[in-house]
Amino acid sequence: MSAGAVQSRRDWLLSERPASRVQARLGRAYVAWRRFTANRLAFVGLLIILALVVVAALADVLAPYSPTIGDLKNARLMAPGAAHWFGTDDLGRDIYSRIVYGSRWTLYVVILVAIIAAPIGLLVGTVAGYAGGWTDAILMRITDIFLAFPKLVLALAFVAALGPGIENAVIAIAITSWPPYARIARAETLTVRNSDYIKAVQLMGASPFRIVLRHIMPLCISSLIIRVTLDMAGIILTAAGLGFLGLGAQPPLPEWGAMIASGRRFILDQWWVAGAPGAAILIVSLGFNLLGDGLRDALDPRSGDQ
Amino acid sequence: MTSAISVDRLEVIFDRFRALKGVSLDVEPGESFGLVGESGSGKSTLLRAIVGLAPVASGSIAVNGKTLGPRRDKAFYREVQMVFQDPYGSLHPRQTVDRLLQEPLAIHGFADSEKRIERALDEVGLGKGFRFRYAHQLSGGQRQRVAIARALILEPSILLLDEPTSALDASVQAEVLNLLEEVRRRRKLTFLMVSHDLAIITHMCGRLMVMQGGEAVENLAANDLVERRVTKDYTRNLLKASEGFVRTT
Repeated sequence: MSAGAVQSRRDWLLSERPASRVQARLGRAYVAWRRFTANRLAFVGLLIILALVVVAALADVLAPYSPTIGDLKNARLMAPGAAHWFGTDDLGRDIYSRIVYGSRWTLYVVILVAIIAAPIGLLVGTVAGYAGGWTDAILMRITDIFLAFPKLVLALAFVAALGPGIENAVIAIAITSWPPYARIARAETLTVRNSDYIKAVQLMGASPFRIVLRHIMPLCISSLIIRVTLDMAGIILTAAGLGFLGLGAQPPLPEWGAMIASGRRFILDQWWVAGAPGAAILIVSLGFNLLGDGLRDALDPRSGDQ
Repeated sequence: MTSAISVDRLEVIFDRFRALKGVSLDVEPGESFGLVGESGSGKSTLLRAIVGLAPVASGSIAVNGKTLGPRRDKAFYREVQMVFQDPYGSLHPRQTVDRLLQEPLAIHGFADSEKRIERALDEVGLGKGFRFRYAHQLSGGQRQRVAIARALILEPSILLLDEPTSALDASVQAEVLNLLEEVRRRRKLTFLMVSHDLAIITHMCGRLMVMQGGEAVENLAANDLVERRVTKDYTRNLLKASEGFVRTT
């Protein structure tokens, strides 16, 4: 593509007079994207997350060995080397392959928690903020009760009641992570509910349901996305913590937290068994944090004319 | 003939503060009626009470002869629309002009929204180029034109104007006022207009009411104001103040 074509496409995106709905929307996305990529570290974060997604998608191709079946006879607790890049664990399983497959479980947990917790928080917060009065008081006291529990302890109690397993760990984490989202959404709603543009929609005869869904929620979503992305690291760590306590993923599932737990016994002599999944958690958590920071710059409704 | 708007001994109380103390008012259909007074005199509150945005404690409001209950229905909003004072705050920051104008049509179930949006933009003097812009891509005057288009798109018979030009600079002010005047003549609208600017009120309105501290001070015709036939001291002071700063040397 020639430089001229690139230039004209940019002009089209940044046009002050968009000619269609699509152009207006794309132009807006492009401005956010430029602001995002201006932050180099955030871009690194995005690359880490994209790499995680690619690894999870191509796990079958990338992993040289089975993640669950090891060579107990010949390959127990081998140090990192050419045959086994990150060494092997106590059951002779290739740690590199397990980490590659484990990325699927990490993504599974993170995505499920985000799509369960974020909508609940958004709905509770915006309804409470917009309705006010008793609805607000009741919804926010429920939120307070959930906030008052230590996150990991509540998740523990929940997993203990439902039984261990990665699905239950997801539900437990989701249940403990929505209250902050509800608070953010409510705070955001309170700042816009008395604005003239919401009043104007009321004066058109819009129902409260429509106002919350179509006019208030879009304004809360960007701060929520930022917060969820920044929380992703915490979600991964909580999932790993539950796995470490034996209440999350069950053997032989290659979940990173569970891998650290099983490697704990050899941590002094065979450090790589716990070290490799630990490093994976560290890198992915860091990726999400950097991404969240970048999104804050790109999406923050209070910065510039967004 | 029934009045377009008839307000009878209206009281509005915000948390013990009496913002309106028994104000009565009659606006004839097709008339342009002005409300004048200093800040805090209750003139904006009166407008907000009519559209249901202020807590009415007692008194009654009737529109086209129909007395309004505590809740306004959709039919009411097709009769009465309002233009807000601050064009920077009255347009949703994440919606294009197109979305803004689509919304009332969708709420009221109009089928031919494409045509109506184009016509509404034409009517307020904004071309097609403005249709897919966001509020931040518009100037103050353009924003107020969009707000007027939004109010007119439901084809109301009564337009409430809450200081529609006070946030705009003088040249743009004149443009928007001319636009409003033109729209009123073409559509035979009833205006109830709030302003603290006596010049604007005498230019735009046939009759007016002076308000102070939540009460009506006096009712005048615009000509009375021009010829200084006022009876109350407060109005006289207001007139004097509107002449502005006078150099004494």
